[in-house]
Amino acid sequence: MAGVNKEKRPEERTKQFKKVNDNKTKVVVDENSAIIKIFRGFQGELDAKHDKHERLVKISRDVTIDSKRTIFLLHRHRDGSDREGNDEILNDAKDKIKEIQNIRFLAMAEELEGEDPYQFMRAISPGMQEYIEAISFYYYLKHGQLISLKEIQKDLVFSKTGEDGQNQTLTLNVPPIEYLLGLADLTGELMRLAINSVGAGNLETPYKICEFLQIVYDAFNSYGNTLKDLNRKMGTLRQSLRKVENACYTLHVRGSEIPKHMLADVFMASGDDKYAEDVE
Amino acid sequence: MDPSDTLTATFTELQGYLQAEQQLREDIRFAVRDIEQTTREIQKVLQAIHQPQGLNKIPLACENSRKLFKDVQDQIKILSDKIPANQYYKYHDHWKFAIQRLAFLAALVIFLETEQLIDRQTAADIIGVKVAKEDGFHVDLDDYLMGLLQLASELSRLAVNAVIAGDYARPLQISSFLGELESGFRLLNLKNDALRKRFDALKYDVKKVEEVVYDLSIRGLKPSTET
Repeated sequence: MAGVNKEKRPEERTKQFKKVNDNKTKVVVDENSAIIKIFRGFQGELDAKHDKHERLVKISRDVTIDSKRTIFLLHRHRDGSDREGNDEILNDAKDKIKEIQNIRFLAMAEELEGEDPYQFMRAISPGMQEYIEAISFYYYLKHGQLISLKEIQKDLVFSKTGEDGQNQTLTLNVPPIEYLLGLADLTGELMRLAINSVGAGNLETPYKICEFLQIVYDAFNSYGNTLKDLNRKMGTLRQSLRKVENACYTLHVRGSEIPKHMLADVFMASGDDKYAEDVE
Repeated sequence: MDPSDTLTATFTELQGYLQAEQQLREDIRFAVRDIEQTTREIQKVLQAIHQPQGLNKIPLACENSRKLFKDVQDQIKILSDKIPANQYYKYHDHWKFAIQRLAFLAALVIFLETEQLIDRQTAADIIGVKVAKEDGFHVDLDDYLMGLLQLASELSRLAVNAVIAGDYARPLQISSFLGELESGFRLLNLKNDALRKRFDALKYDVKKVEEVVYDLSIRGLKPSTET
């Protein structure tokens, strides 16, 4: 009996509902159509919101892919050495970053125009963090320093010509939290750079990076438990730091004994055995 | 300048930002706690409708809860003043559940008074928020819908208690209302989120009320005014 109820009722209801919609003159119950009308409005609003969310996720994914490629490109850079093509790599990377800004982020800024930027943060956050990782890595290779939030923000202000011919500025807001999380990712890349640069015969970079990572690690530690996402990344950061510290240690102790070209092999092995984990 | 100095400066600056944000979060939590307290009081007042003599007390309960809603409006004002422009969704999690509950209670009051579904504007007015996010502190559509789903559960309970109290007309009225509400929700394309999950529970509320109506009809207790 309950089963019959359950199966038949919804059908009847939709039929009834269709009738109401088909001939509006024959509205049986007044309040009936009122509820449906209210929900019709919600339908449009919800769909619009979900569509926007999906589009932003898509843009964010593209940003992630492009940023990852930029990072891979940058890893071909050999810091400190005179290797040919270093400038070319940096220029290529710069072009790529410009492209991400002018195509992807402009589209993102347009989608978010007039919205509460935090409403869709979950959709855009992965791409944004990856981008911050890429651009800060680029900046580090180019200037040997940490890019500031202001610097990142500066690139994400767009001017566009509106329909009325007026110039408008669109700003894609970078929250400090995303910046911090992007920096946490950067440390993994720096660890790889430190290891790689020894292979290129550069024995200074690991020390510089070691110092850099220590400062970042200290700073993040002092922030305490305020950020949930950051805590997750702290473990990886600690491992990266240990790896670089061990590398510097090996360099320091054995640097004078072992021929340079063998150094890389020595602590590639020592580093990877103990801390075999994938750092992104 | 030494790179490590700029580094430290950057992180100190960020720390200042984080501390300010944490302070704000605490203030928000404080304000939300007050709202939740009043919300519980309203809920208590409205619980009276489930008691045996409750149906007679409906006007009184509605009147009392409307008085308490006045307090809520003031408390919402205090909360909304704390939120910087365009950061509603950054801290949304803090008051989401309170607003959902308030939307539910407002919807219940309106249903008891008029037997109508509360519209968003009315809900916003009672709670003391805006409808459009452009106008400031608003009620998110998802939260309002969440409130309606809570209303469905409450009404299915009321249908049972109405029968106990000897009011056989009310379950029918509730049944048709929930039917409408369900077909309304069916119009929405819900994502696989909390709202969808809560919506999945609506069918049990509908079923419960249908069973009550069924029990009444096979015993000839259904009022004959029905066409």
